[in-house]
Amino acid sequence: MTGSSTKLLRWSIPLAVFVVLLAFLWVGLGRDPREVPSPLIGKPAPAFQLVQLHDPGKTLATSDLKGKVWLLNVWASWCVSCRVEHPLLLQLARTNVVPVYGLDYKDKADDALAWLAQHGNPYTASIVDSDGKVGIDYGVYGVPETFLIDKAGVVRYKQIGPLTVEALQQKILPLVRQLQQ
Amino acid sequence: MTPRGRIGAWLAMIAIVAGGALAADPPPAAPSPALEARLKNLETELRCLVCQNQTLADSNADLAGDLRREVRELALAGRNDAEIRDYLVARYGDFVLYDPPLKRTTWLLWFGPFVLLVGGGIVWWQVLQRRQRASASAPTHDAAAEARARALLEDEPPASSPARDATARTAPRRKR
Repeated sequence: MTGSSTKLLRWSIPLAVFVVLLAFLWVGLGRDPREVPSPLIGKPAPAFQLVQLHDPGKTLATSDLKGKVWLLNVWASWCVSCRVEHPLLLQLARTNVVPVYGLDYKDKADDALAWLAQHGNPYTASIVDSDGKVGIDYGVYGVPETFLIDKAGVVRYKQIGPLTVEALQQKILPLVRQLQQ
Repeated sequence: MTPRGRIGAWLAMIAIVAGGALAADPPPAAPSPALEARLKNLETELRCLVCQNQTLADSNADLAGDLRREVRELALAGRNDAEIRDYLVARYGDFVLYDPPLKRTTWLLWFGPFVLLVGGGIVWWQVLQRRQRASASAPTHDAAAEARARALLEDEPPASSPARDATARTAPRRKR
């Protein structure tokens, strides 16, 4: 090996290691550790049959929604960040692009009804998960969460935390359109 | 009140208090210490998704309580530890385990530190080798350097230094 090539190696190897490390750290800096990727993506949505919030005599089951593309929005009247995404949900409901079903998670029915009366109701129907069992089946760990489920009942996307305009425009709505075809 | 009546009242009161205490803190569904130990052990291996640096056993989060209850119910239903772990992984992913499983996507995680260690060892060994070769080939004795060192030690400035000192002293003055 000649002198110049060893000198080059001596500089370039640590430099390359440093650049790789920098890239890892840079990507890691932009990631939210609270966003745990859901193992449910690409798998059948866990089945449920739950009482409807506005009509406790009726139930809603996942099997009722076969053949439809739908959103399942996990919410609660005690959830503060749900208020952040609520205007967006109302707007989405007005467009009638995709039905939004609400999973009222670990909530009291009276509080939930009052909350919807006050803030507006974007949901085609809300179902009551008072003990959070269905929430556990869906891997819910931070309300709000939103699942996109296709015609075959397969989970296609999960939004952790409040919906955002970017998430809706760049991910959810294009995916909805694609799945509805 | 007759003494007997008084004793009866006391007994009734104790029964009420004891009953209240029992009602406030319901006995665990599984009083067996073996199962309690097993659950405790299992809960320390599982992560609370809400406060991510705590185990299910440590966390006070609402969800952790729900998951502890879920784990207990599964254990009472006769599921073994591996089945309970699978149940949670199916819902929350590998992240729920404090001990990540060994599979293709975690190879880097498991073996990366050893690869780095071996790589560092190789580099270190090469540097040592090169140094040994360099010191073997380098002259061990430099007469000129020794003379200079001796001159410095005896505080006898080398012949060229007074002139250099003079310029060094005049330079800042000229600047002003």
